[in-house]
Amino acid sequence: MARTALAPHATPPELIRNFCIIAHIDHGKSTLADRMLQLTGVVDARAMRAQYLDRMDIERERGITIKSQAVRMPWEVDGTTYALNMIDTPGHVDFTYEVSRSLAACEGAVLLVDAAQGIEAQTLANLYLAMENDLTIIPVLNKIDLPAAQPEKYAEELAKLIGVEPEDCLRVSGKTGAGVEPLLDTIVAKLPAPVGNPDAPARAMIFDSVYDTYRGVVTYVRVVDGNLNPRERIVMMSTKATHELLEIGVISPEPVPSKGLGVGEVGYLITGVKDVRQSRVGDTVTNASKPATKDLGGYRDPKPMVFSGLYPIDGSDYPDLREALDKLKLNDAALVYEPETSAALGFGFRCGFLGLLHLEIVRERLEREFGLDLISTQPNVVYDVTMDDGKQVHVTNPSEYPDGKIREVSEPVVRATILAPTEFVGAIMELCQQKRGNLRGMDYLSEDRVEMRYTLPLAEIVFDFFDQLKSRTRGYASLDYEPDGEQVADLVKVEILLQGETVDAFSAIVHKDKAYAYGVMMASKLKDLIPRQQFEVPIQAAIGSRIIARENIRAIRKDVLAKCYGGDISRKRKLLEKQKEGKKRMKMVGRVEVPQEAFIAALSSDSAGDKAKK
Amino acid sequence: MPPSALPDGDPAPESGELPSGALATVPTTDLAVYVHVPFCTVRCGYCDFNTYTLTELGGPGAAIGVDSYAEAALRELDLARTVLGDEAPSVATVFVGGGTPTMLRSADLVTVLGGIRDRFGLAPGAEVTTEANPDSVTPQSLAELAQGGYTRVSIGMQSAVPHVLRTLERTHDPANVAKAVAATRDAGMQVSIDLIYGTPGESLDDWRRSLEAAIALEPDHVSAYALVVEEGTKLAAQVRRGVVPAPEDDDEADKYELADAMLSEAGFGWYEVSNWARSPRNRCRHNVAYWAGTNWWGIGPGAHSHVGGVRWWNVKHPSAYAARLASGASPAHARETLTDEQRYDERVLLGSRLVDGLPLGDLRGSARAAVAGLIAEGLVEGAAAVGGGRLVLTRRGRLLADTVVHRLLAA
Repeated sequence: MARTALAPHATPPELIRNFCIIAHIDHGKSTLADRMLQLTGVVDARAMRAQYLDRMDIERERGITIKSQAVRMPWEVDGTTYALNMIDTPGHVDFTYEVSRSLAACEGAVLLVDAAQGIEAQTLANLYLAMENDLTIIPVLNKIDLPAAQPEKYAEELAKLIGVEPEDCLRVSGKTGAGVEPLLDTIVAKLPAPVGNPDAPARAMIFDSVYDTYRGVVTYVRVVDGNLNPRERIVMMSTKATHELLEIGVISPEPVPSKGLGVGEVGYLITGVKDVRQSRVGDTVTNASKPATKDLGGYRDPKPMVFSGLYPIDGSDYPDLREALDKLKLNDAALVYEPETSAALGFGFRCGFLGLLHLEIVRERLEREFGLDLISTQPNVVYDVTMDDGKQVHVTNPSEYPDGKIREVSEPVVRATILAPTEFVGAIMELCQQKRGNLRGMDYLSEDRVEMRYTLPLAEIVFDFFDQLKSRTRGYASLDYEPDGEQVADLVKVEILLQGETVDAFSAIVHKDKAYAYGVMMASKLKDLIPRQQFEVPIQAAIGSRIIARENIRAIRKDVLAKCYGGDISRKRKLLEKQKEGKKRMKMVGRVEVPQEAFIAALSSDSAGDKAKK
Repeated sequence: MPPSALPDGDPAPESGELPSGALATVPTTDLAVYVHVPFCTVRCGYCDFNTYTLTELGGPGAAIGVDSYAEAALRELDLARTVLGDEAPSVATVFVGGGTPTMLRSADLVTVLGGIRDRFGLAPGAEVTTEANPDSVTPQSLAELAQGGYTRVSIGMQSAVPHVLRTLERTHDPANVAKAVAATRDAGMQVSIDLIYGTPGESLDDWRRSLEAAIALEPDHVSAYALVVEEGTKLAAQVRRGVVPAPEDDDEADKYELADAMLSEAGFGWYEVSNWARSPRNRCRHNVAYWAGTNWWGIGPGAHSHVGGVRWWNVKHPSAYAARLASGASPAHARETLTDEQRYDERVLLGSRLVDGLPLGDLRGSARAAVAGLIAEGLVEGAAAVGGGRLVLTRRGRLLADTVVHRLLAA
């Protein structure tokens, strides 16, 4: 432990170590981080439990700023005090870009793997990302206190992956604290110190940006060159927007204002802006008075990959939904939406997300934090349609799919990594084949675990790939993927017609070979969900004018209650009153009355979230 | 035949007292009495009525049973007399249902009727019906009923087909139906036959056989009910487990049409969705009273009553019922006072089920405007509406009576 921490703004870069922890969700990252906070004296043992293990609750109460996006911790080795910056990385497949920016803010990464489970696909993907960023990797096996731990086995796996000896893998227990002090020493010894030009115009990279109700947007940066100082004006290089630095400081572990931030330092900025879009992850911050000419590179606009329509179940909640989305947007630079009307579902919004998990997070927050009951349409990806006359159409909603002669359609594809026990290789290959995947490579991590790399259409992942993968591998496979461009594919739009009327909410763009299966599935689902009407209702699935599947809802012939004597009368009247209420929740599709519940049931694809959760 | 589940309602006063508005209708409205006898030898698999086997009630020496039922019923009649007051009219119709009323001795059934006569008087030509299980009547017991003032017996035949009766768990011997009908007629009473269609496993031919058998008995009146699988019955459990198939609406529609055709052919006319009579004077006047919204008092556990827009229903369990009355309290469990809107809804709901129909003048303007559409769709008789100013359902409309009522009330 260090007795005196180094003051920010005056810390020589050679005494700074910037690192992140790459780990799978259950592999003990938070516990290890908490132990580090305690050992470095940033939080004392007594305050530990109350403040940090339970910090999720506090975050909920006080907003999000206290989250340890980047904690500065002092650590003393051989009489010299160092400043260690631990940078948090978002832990999910949808946020690969955000992860890459966090990694770019570091010189090294702790690769933390559960000694009882081994590495997971997502960790592997982030490890590769770290290696591409030339980060120094420190392999660490966690939870060595567990009886099921197999440190020898997984040390070999890790060693093979990153090209070191198994003995080089550190062994720790975040729970008991065993091995954590040597880990901190290793971070100091092995990770390179940051390098930068202190005299150049400031260049700092934004690696996170969060909205706080009280403070506005809090921006997390890593300074590469020069320095940033309180009250000066700064420029966001991608947008050229200028802001005044109201506050600058470090998190340790509460925000502490400082005299500024210098080369290699990590901290936060507050400028008073209210929307995270004005302070974007990946952007470069420079001084307004002495601006840098070249940004740090690597900035990308967040690009929505998956679209879904969100509709309030109760139409009168529409203004509330708009307000809720406007609020969420402040803290979510990747969320895009615009109003949309569906004949079947009424007024809602077409929303764009980074991926399925992002969709599910947004939906859950809308429901839980804003008390909305929502129906979301089957998620779809973005298609680029080229017409015969060369006209380009960008389709984010199947209903925008153009009629007329189409030259080609391209769809987004992903590079997927699947880790699984070797016994499932056949099942996974079969699944990927069905899902139009191309095998790009396969490696054995150890005797009994294999890494498979595929190119897959994102639409297939969005549909039900993860559910299928889990069920075919009894839950043992893990999946990660990242966008990998587009491919031309043989795609068609399948429409569903009720009594000859297209029901927009059920249209889908699918591969030609799957159109029939989709049509049959949807038609038979609707047949069971739509109550019989006084007349026969044909349900058709069609590609253009060609009918590919058909079901019939036969006309209802009897609905009368046979017996209606003394006591039946109250019962029947009450039923009638209830049905009158239910009538208000009916949507008319042409002459056909469809209960709202039927739409919900037909559209719920067993919840997109189940697929995204890994 | 009260359904098993009692609706929610407002608390009912212990005295059984009625609001003055409801009481004001008493002198000017016909009065009917329903008597619910909640006993059966066995519970049939489809039945969700408020009925109990004697074992369920605790056998001999239980708080209430076949021997003490009449006594409790007379106590409630005392209460009815007090509540309705001196201006109550004499009773126009009595209907004893169950359960199995004929599990009571004939003498007890006669005692209950006597109790009604003593307290209210019976109107001249009063209709007095009891339901009967073909196995629990004899020529002698039926003669005793006739002598005691009963005029009509409704016999639970249900089906003439053994495998259908087995599925329904009806234990009676089909041969006994004919004997019961003959004995009822010999005793000088009218005969009504109850049938059920749509039992799992019943074919259209099975149903035709049952109709032929019923018609051959030359009853005065036939009721035919589609089987409803009620929650909480053994049949519902069997359907859920897939042991027996659920009744199908289309099949029931076919069977309804067959019944209406065969009964019409045999000279019966429908006068309510599920009821046919040999002539208008053979209609069950007691049931018509329910549909016309007159006043009636329901005696017995779980029985429902209606007086002047107030409906109430008694506690269900026979022991609780008997205990309430023994302590001098009303056995009413809860009650509801109908709003104008609810009375209108009931009027449309009930009136549209009748061959006499619903006067178009009783409909609100917007509902009257919807009638033309219903005629065009073949659900409502055009001639009755145009010529008679009444809304009368066609055969197809009778099967879709719910749709018609919805359309009228939503208009």
